Amino acid sequence: MIHTKTVAEQSAALRAGELSSTELTQACLERTEQHRELNAFITVDAERALAQAGVADERRTRGEAGPLTGVPIAQKDIFCTDGMLTTCGSRMLSNFTAPYDATVIRKFNEAGAVLLGKTNMDEFAMGSSNETSFFGPVKNPWQADAVPGGSSGGSAAAVTARLVPAATGTDTGGSIRQPAALCGITGLKPTYGRVSRYGMTAFASSLDQGGPMAQTAEDAALLLGVMAGFDPRDSTSMDKPVPDYVQSLNHDLKGLRIGLPEEYFGEGLNAEVATAVNAAIEVYRSLGAEVVRLSLPNSNLAVPCYYVLAPAEASSNLSRYDGVRYGYRAPEYTDLTDMYEKTRAQGFGAEVKRRIMIGTYALSAGYYDAYYLKAQKLRRLIAEDFRQAFEACDVIMGPTSPSTAFRLGEMTDDPVSMYLNDIYTIPVNLAGLPGMSIPAGFDSKGLPIGLQLIGQYFDEARLLNIAHRYQQVTDWHKRIPPGF
Amino acid sequence: MKWEPVIGLEVHAQLLTKSKIFSAASTRYGAAPNTQACAVDIGLPGVLPVMNIEAARMAVKLGLAIGATINRQSVFARKNYFYPDLPKGYQISQYELPVVEQGHLTIEVDGREKTVGITRAHLEEDAGKSLHEDFHGMTGIDLNRASTPLLEIVSEPDMRSAKEAVAYLKKLHELVRYLEICDGNMQEGSFRCDANVSVRPKGREQLGTRSELKNINSFKFIDKAIDYEIERQIDVLEGGGKVVQETRLYDAAKGVTRPMRSKEEANDYRYFPDPDLPPLVLDDAFIEDVRKTLPELPEAKRARFVQDYGLSAYDAGVLTSTREMADYYEQAVEAANADPKLVANWVIGDLSGYLNKENKEIADSPITVEMLAGLIRRIADKTISGKIAKDVFDAMWNEQGDADTIIENKGLRQITDEGAIEKLIDEVLANSPTQVEQYKSGQEKVFGYFVGRVMKASKGKANPQQVNKILKAKLPG
Repeated sequence: MIHTKTVAEQSAALRAGELSSTELTQACLERTEQHRELNAFITVDAERALAQAGVADERRTRGEAGPLTGVPIAQKDIFCTDGMLTTCGSRMLSNFTAPYDATVIRKFNEAGAVLLGKTNMDEFAMGSSNETSFFGPVKNPWQADAVPGGSSGGSAAAVTARLVPAATGTDTGGSIRQPAALCGITGLKPTYGRVSRYGMTAFASSLDQGGPMAQTAEDAALLLGVMAGFDPRDSTSMDKPVPDYVQSLNHDLKGLRIGLPEEYFGEGLNAEVATAVNAAIEVYRSLGAEVVRLSLPNSNLAVPCYYVLAPAEASSNLSRYDGVRYGYRAPEYTDLTDMYEKTRAQGFGAEVKRRIMIGTYALSAGYYDAYYLKAQKLRRLIAEDFRQAFEACDVIMGPTSPSTAFRLGEMTDDPVSMYLNDIYTIPVNLAGLPGMSIPAGFDSKGLPIGLQLIGQYFDEARLLNIAHRYQQVTDWHKRIPPGF
Repeated sequence: MKWEPVIGLEVHAQLLTKSKIFSAASTRYGAAPNTQACAVDIGLPGVLPVMNIEAARMAVKLGLAIGATINRQSVFARKNYFYPDLPKGYQISQYELPVVEQGHLTIEVDGREKTVGITRAHLEEDAGKSLHEDFHGMTGIDLNRASTPLLEIVSEPDMRSAKEAVAYLKKLHELVRYLEICDGNMQEGSFRCDANVSVRPKGREQLGTRSELKNINSFKFIDKAIDYEIERQIDVLEGGGKVVQETRLYDAAKGVTRPMRSKEEANDYRYFPDPDLPPLVLDDAFIEDVRKTLPELPEAKRARFVQDYGLSAYDAGVLTSTREMADYYEQAVEAANADPKLVANWVIGDLSGYLNKENKEIADSPITVEMLAGLIRRIADKTISGKIAKDVFDAMWNEQGDADTIIENKGLRQITDEGAIEKLIDEVLANSPTQVEQYKSGQEKVFGYFVGRVMKASKGKANPQQVNKILKAKLPG
């Protein structure tokens, strides 16, 4: 059953000549076709994937294969892909074929990975359930009536259902970690500036960060090694060397100081999630780690702060979708203003429009100081909380999400409850820190629970090491939903 | 009541960088529509701006030349509004923290000097162009100009007349060209001006309500538009009305200003720092580096020309009005090794006259520095007279070779041989007995007649000074 294997295992099988990339890609394509009911993909391009697999096989014959050469990967449909539909889950871009490759896409191409398809997502990455997609919701492979989380819900479902061994996601307020938690896989949001944002369609530029979603920390390390690095096309990417993330995976955890913020274990946290997280901390203790109780006193301000800043940036970032140059344009209109209004009214869904309205309001004359500037100040306070916390610990742990996967439609009429799903993930984006979610158990309904790890700036190698050691002694990450 | 106009100018100078301010696309003017707009300029999903440091270098150059503060850290902000030729739905500009602040320019009007404050100069990107012709009721969009670097230079409301405004604008225009940061081409829109105009009762401190005049793309129009607007506002106020704060367009054909649609000005631009661009940080080393590239500025050059070449202030002013003309002059003085005033007369007189007549820049002059110097050398060594020199100049302009070739081919060499001149004079005197008699009877003005006849007989080649001298000696005193 090659499809249940990890990236590392598939890579080894390809290297050993047990099968070809073409065979592996064919198998993934078939599985993707069999499980269309998940709605994990917006675009699957079999022809392109098989062509890439052919090239990868030739490359291997020439002895030029790297660890990802020939391994099928899915890309979130937010990364511009030359010659391929790049929709961002929106009607607005439902007809948009990108004329260029995002830096992340280019790097996977150069590594010889096979692009199996583009995954479904909340519209313009705005959502925590994948229900805002113009292409319909994605189903959680663990329970068909549950959401996979979002916004990288398609990628999470595809990896969980073993349609592909790994995928990319993007995380603005939790969009990699929360679906990873709700689907029971491993997701990493790198430090802001670690992975190039060039070609990654912007939601909130100061928060967006691309990262890997995979079965294991080891696979996440392999993918991050490809994705990370300075990009002269992105002025916010950091010119720092990329370490070998795989090489440090097995480092010893003896003496590791784990910080547990009291705010992450208070009211609103589901009891079963709390139990699983505490059990995971115990596993770490048994591996030689120490626990430090600490406080992130401004955590409660993170969600309101985020829901000013992210929509403010989004309201500006999404102005380019005006029907003038590309994308959707309303079929009928009377004049320029009418064209703008109808195009945007028809092209965007309700959640995107809600956030554009909030953001426009927050930036308006007379409100700017009270909202945008105030939120910027809160953001600095939140980052300062983490700075102080990291004086006493090496890693912060807690739940990724307050609950397990909720039912499709359960929260669609209650945006604020939906927003609170990201209460533990949002502070990490505001501070620009790296964060991970790894599988740490199941609730009584059989739904996965995620443990969140938060690291110091550019400490991804440490996070991956900490996650990997846990995965050496647990098997939550190996569980596959029934029927897959 | 006496009214006092108050004028401030906003100038958009297009910077002469090779590539755009936030992308690698070329800034060359005049390419086919949308052939110089890359993914970044078009505002595709996912693209990001990257600052072209050359634009900052040019902004600093201006800042240093106007004695301004160079901010070590400045911030790019987004100015949000919808327009079809604005691809991203926002313009990247500088808002709260511009790169240059608090400079000044000194202007001279009617012999009096005046200092005009410059509030700020900030970097921003240009928009594309909307083309309303040729599309049968539709609008075409050309994004070649999108993301071209602009330096917006904002003056204090320090000017009190259209004349002062024009003087300021000319001074700034001269300066940006001297600094080689802008080609100053107003027709192509690389040097654009908006004027804020208001009037107030003379003596009152408080400013009146202003209007902003847009679309004034020549010095002549600036003058006319401001004068018209001052008169209009005075008429409104004297008629008991109020001036409305608004943007007005100058209609050059009708010579009037008229309001733009009010919708355009109701914009709330929702400025906020661009999260895609870190603050522009310039350290001392960078600024010192730029300082080293500063050329001699017009005022210093003017003073030096007066001092070193003994020129009048007026001549020095004309010769330094562009860096190219000043360079041409200095090279000609050096090459001719002749009286700098003589060289100045030729550059300001004949050369400028010919250039103006054919609407040419000095860089396109068919007469090179070396050619003009060659001509002046022949005047100085008396090979030809100043009068003949004008014919030689004309021949050089018409590409008949250098001065020596023309003098040789046309036999224009001056006659300085005393014997030869005497012979000519004797012939003229012998053939003009009546005039000789007139001269003898005291009519000295016939002297000119003799000179004319001698010059004519020599085909203009006789040395006039020698002719004068010998004639005087031959005629009875």
